[in-house]
Amino acid sequence: MVDCSKTCLSAIDLTLWRGPNCLFEELSFQVDAGSLLLVRGTNGSGKTTLLRVLSGLTRPESGHVQWCGESIEKTRQAFTAALAYFGHADGLKADLTVTQNLEFSARLYGRSGEQVSGLLKALNLSQCAQLETRYLSAGQKRRTALARVLMSNATLWLLDEPVTNLDSVGRDYVEDRLREHIAGGGLAIAATHEDIRLASESPDEIFLGDDA
Amino acid sequence: MNLARFFAAIVRRELQIAFKRWGDLVSPLMFFVMVASLFPLALSPQHEMLRNLGPAVLWIAALLATLLSLNALFRADIEDGSMEQLVLSPYPLALALFGKTVAHWLLNGLPLVVLAPALAVTYYLPGEGVRALSLTLLIGTPTLSLLGAVGAALTAGVRQSGGLLALLVLPLMLPVLMFGARATDLAASGEQISGPVYLLSALFLLALSLLPLASAAAIRISLD
Repeated sequence: MVDCSKTCLSAIDLTLWRGPNCLFEELSFQVDAGSLLLVRGTNGSGKTTLLRVLSGLTRPESGHVQWCGESIEKTRQAFTAALAYFGHADGLKADLTVTQNLEFSARLYGRSGEQVSGLLKALNLSQCAQLETRYLSAGQKRRTALARVLMSNATLWLLDEPVTNLDSVGRDYVEDRLREHIAGGGLAIAATHEDIRLASESPDEIFLGDDA
Repeated sequence: MNLARFFAAIVRRELQIAFKRWGDLVSPLMFFVMVASLFPLALSPQHEMLRNLGPAVLWIAALLATLLSLNALFRADIEDGSMEQLVLSPYPLALALFGKTVAHWLLNGLPLVVLAPALAVTYYLPGEGVRALSLTLLIGTPTLSLLGAVGAALTAGVRQSGGLLALLVLPLMLPVLMFGARATDLAASGEQISGPVYLLSALFLLALSLLPLASAAAIRISLD
């Protein structure tokens, strides 16, 4: 059994089928504070679904997910307070401007307007801050969604393809923030088919799909 | 941040989005105005008959206009991923959905309450009847929004769910329609309306206390 008075996310015997396909069976792993786990796999191998299961959005057929030793179903509020989910969809309102979208998140997380504009500058979004997000490029939308994760103060980051669509400057920025987050005792799980380079040792990986 | 500020942030965002999409707002209202104003033109212009039909026609038009506006209630949020963020926020999902429902009522229900008296004039409803119509719509339309939110949440994961939504929630909306139209009718003939109005209020309170929780449960299922 997992001993967890410390901060950790553990998956215990997760099994999930989608139609006739078994996405994962009796999958168990644990992510401790200060570490990054990469979820690898081909397209359609269930990376996004695994992240959804870990976040509690989708229920696994069997097995469960524990946060600090407690099932996330029981500690939903404590768990969601510690969680930043960077999903497959950006979660942006197409009719609102970048600033309006982020102001909503800032209000939720208790951040000031200055912090928002600071983030926009860091993410190279200042020049499109007053544009409705429907007019942004895929990469700019990704950056805007990322700003929400960065202002969240969450301990656990669940990132679905965090560097896809980003240019090299954007990738470096994301990798830097990820490194800082982990060095500060945070946890991160990233589903990606691209390499994420952290300066230290290479992160743990799990593989989904037949060729694993 | 406390719950009240979270609620306010949700309502505020909904209103911001709605004011960017005037067209979506106006079409259910146009429908209401057109249906309600075409009846007196098509029927023979006898005061007595119009006065008798008025309460039912106005209430039916209001109910159908509400149904029209419900489909889009949670659809966009599910498609763009905002709903996932709300589900995964530490605040109660029921409160977030209640905020969205309140915004829906402010944008769709309240204009019906405001427009209805003007249209009631074309049916020769007496003052008492117009007052009863406004009162019953004021209590009834929020109940319709709350009921519709549950239906919209249940069908949010289903493609082309327009007809399904109507089938699901229309039977539940019937008591509101019956008490609302009946009270207006009674008032127009100069009788007491406290009975149906109390029943409408009871339905509203029941919907207010239970349905946001039901919507939240339905959204969790839809997202699974």
